[in-house]
Amino acid sequence: MKVRFTPVGLLTGSIVLLCFSFVLAKPNHKVAASVGGQITGTVKLDRIAPKAKPIDMSKEPSCAQIHASKPATMESVVVGTRGGLANVFLYLSEGYTGNDAAPSQPATIEQRGCVYLPHVVAVNVGQKLVITNNDQTSHNIHPMPKPGGGNPEWNKSQLSGAAPIEVNYTGEEVAVPVKCNVHPWMRAFIAVVKGPHAVTDDTGAFKLDNVPPGTYTLTAWQETYGVQTSKVIVAPGKSANVDFTFKAK
Amino acid sequence: MSGKAFAVLVALITLVTAYCVIAHVWWMPVDISVHGPKIDSQLEETVFVAGTLFVAGQLVLAAFVFLYGSSRDKPKQIPGGAKPLVLFAFLLVGAEVLALSFIGSKAWGAVYFTAPDPGALPIDVQAGQFAYYFRYAGPDGKFGALHPALINEGSQNYFGLDPEHDPDSRDDIVTAELAIPVNKPILLTLHSKDVGHSFYVRELRVQQDFVPGLNLPIHFTATQTGRFEIVCTQLCGLGHYNMKAYLSVLSQADFDEWLKKQAAMQ
Repeated sequence: MKVRFTPVGLLTGSIVLLCFSFVLAKPNHKVAASVGGQITGTVKLDRIAPKAKPIDMSKEPSCAQIHASKPATMESVVVGTRGGLANVFLYLSEGYTGNDAAPSQPATIEQRGCVYLPHVVAVNVGQKLVITNNDQTSHNIHPMPKPGGGNPEWNKSQLSGAAPIEVNYTGEEVAVPVKCNVHPWMRAFIAVVKGPHAVTDDTGAFKLDNVPPGTYTLTAWQETYGVQTSKVIVAPGKSANVDFTFKAK
Repeated sequence: MSGKAFAVLVALITLVTAYCVIAHVWWMPVDISVHGPKIDSQLEETVFVAGTLFVAGQLVLAAFVFLYGSSRDKPKQIPGGAKPLVLFAFLLVGAEVLALSFIGSKAWGAVYFTAPDPGALPIDVQAGQFAYYFRYAGPDGKFGALHPALINEGSQNYFGLDPEHDPDSRDDIVTAELAIPVNKPILLTLHSKDVGHSFYVRELRVQQDFVPGLNLPIHFTATQTGRFEIVCTQLCGLGHYNMKAYLSVLSQADFDEWLKKQAAMQ
């Protein structure tokens, strides 16, 4: 059969091919910056923080030495100079339906000076978490997830200078407490969620990026004072502002 | 190796070993406790008695190997045969062991069968994988009750105290270091948070196991100031090698100041 390339045929064919290319093209998962919005804000404590308790590390001389001039303190409540509450984890507890792939960049937590840095680390479901030991002593990291929450409980020894431990958390949980089986004062939290999230620094400031426009419940979690929620509406390309104040008991 | 060479080697090893022990080449650290001299002298007596028999036995063995080791002659017999010899050895060693036990019981009794001084400073010691924590009663002189369910290391409540509901526990002072005043009787009460541990300070000549479920007393008086290691000597898990704390023996004034500082940090 002889194919005839008439001008009308070519035009129709081009339009059909163009339509197909739109259908077959890989959908862009990442919301373009011009479309997604942000949520910013500050988290404060309503009064002066309780005195931070110093940690006596004398049982581990190599770490005690590191903190000789300035003892490490327990981090259950960390307040900055202007009342900003640090280590508050913020995420979209309701309303987020996106199915973004987990970031390829791993989250990290390190053991240095016999403390965990950072104190609160956030990962997306399926995102790798890399654990390193930068101390002269060995540690035994022991995350303690909720039973039945989809995350298995395990603990692993890590000698000084050993290879990093890599884990993947699949169950959403805010937040998994982490302790060291060898050093009782060490404490951290791993928050596992889907979607945008943030952890405050000691100014209490936070910013959630790439939030698809919509209505959400934003939850702020702090290990001592619990959770607070706020409804927030994110417009395309705009920044919504939400502030939280936690009440010390 | 010929019989003669072997005999010389045995004799040499025996004499070198004996020299190292007699000359205290590797010996115990300085004794800083009141009951220490009794224990140390008991050890010296034991080493002397057992050591004498050891050296004598090894040298006799070496002599026999030297004289008869390469001989192709029929083995010589001890006059009377082996049985009287074995009986003699049994009686000799048995008497030695029994004697040492009876004499040694005095040193043991001085530590474990004498009551602590009524004015002894009581300190509560908790061992848990893999750290020691110590508790002083505070100004009210009373220890608060322990509630294992309330133990929360994340908020430094290592003992499981309940200051909200238990007034006795409100002034308890919890520390990671054991400080004591010098020349004062001390009464430690040991309990374990989890598995078996042990409290051992070489210089104090004190070693006491923690037995899960029991509150075990141990008392002593330190006679010298200084900083000494408390090490765990009962295998308790993967961190056992690293499990230790420090004992600080201070003057009464320094101790009072230290306790005040610790109380302020509770």
